[in-house]
Amino acid sequence: MKTDQLINLLSTNLEPVKRGETKKTLTWTILAGGLAAVCLMLATVGLRPGGGWFLSGYLLLKLLFMLILIGAGAALLAKLISPGQDGRKPYTVILLAFLAIGSAGVCALALGPPAARDQMMMGSQWVTCALCIPLFSIVPFSALIWALRKGAPTNLRRTGAVAGLVAGALGAVAYAFHCPDDSLPFIALWYGGMVGLCALLGAILGPRLLRW
Amino acid sequence: MNVSTSEAELRALMISGLDGDAAAHRTLLENLSSRLRGYFQGQLNRIGRGPVEAEDLVQEALIAIHTRRHTYDPGQLFTPWVYAIARYKFVDYLRREKASMRDLPIEETKEILTSSDNSGQVESSLDLERLMAGLAPKVRQAIQAVKLDGLSVSEAAAQCGISESNVKVTVHRGLKAMARLIRENRP
Repeated sequence: MKTDQLINLLSTNLEPVKRGETKKTLTWTILAGGLAAVCLMLATVGLRPGGGWFLSGYLLLKLLFMLILIGAGAALLAKLISPGQDGRKPYTVILLAFLAIGSAGVCALALGPPAARDQMMMGSQWVTCALCIPLFSIVPFSALIWALRKGAPTNLRRTGAVAGLVAGALGAVAYAFHCPDDSLPFIALWYGGMVGLCALLGAILGPRLLRW
Repeated sequence: MNVSTSEAELRALMISGLDGDAAAHRTLLENLSSRLRGYFQGQLNRIGRGPVEAEDLVQEALIAIHTRRHTYDPGQLFTPWVYAIARYKFVDYLRREKASMRDLPIEETKEILTSSDNSGQVESSLDLERLMAGLAPKVRQAIQAVKLDGLSVSEAAAQCGISESNVKVTVHRGLKAMARLIRENRP
């Protein structure tokens, strides 16, 4: 085939393009993915029993940590989906969020009574936490991959990693409404660690799932 | 060549094309094809591949530019967007070629370097009819009507017996499917 033939084919009956569709799709995908994760949490482990926890600072802290990651990650994905664009500030924000929760966890451990350290780090349900966050992030991750494939990501490993991070954070938001463990070291170790693991898995899967 | 004016010109053509101006889109693709040819030939020369492979990549990149043009943000520069796509397609090509690259004689490189003077008359290894045959019958019919026979969308809708919006979606998916077939069926 000659290239002229192809150009003919591509420009005959050209359709106008709707603007801003990919970003809209991305936003809705994140919201829907988060909702799916919450539903899965309700259907499996359920809400945390009791009532007072809803107003506790720990729930707010868990949500704040995750919402920062989701916001920064979404800003990055909106850039990464378009060839030739990448962000800078959001990476700093993500790094600072991890550093802040990490150092807060270390400080709490150092200041707390030595006998309570194990309890602070492992809580009562670290296994559930470690299993639920990646599990709850599967649906949001698949949805994000679907949305990203509608765009044109050119850095597949990085895009996969950020998609994994956002999906992991959505899973962690859902898990926070069940989580009975209120301590800074627990949040740093299990929330931070599991979301980081999701980002790593995303980086591994990205090149395979996002190729176009 | 003045780089800044060509950026402005190309960007204006791209934006008109996004709004549905077919003539601007054609001019844009013609302009880009010679730039892409230069880029891919330059890259391929270094690894001892010839003009046919370059033309394959030019066409693959053109389809990518066309089917992914909704990802171009008119507020941004246009040239980096095109370059990122061309680079992505080249890296993707290298990944696929990795295995067969090992037994490549280095001496061939010089020979090819001297014989790279061609301007759009090279045929790629892609065969339009074979590509079309790889599409689902409905998709093939829609592309034939809209893109090859040049029927209007409403005429094509009547001929294919589907709604107009369905024709548009089918054609768009069909072009993406062709791009996929090109990648997978490369010899």
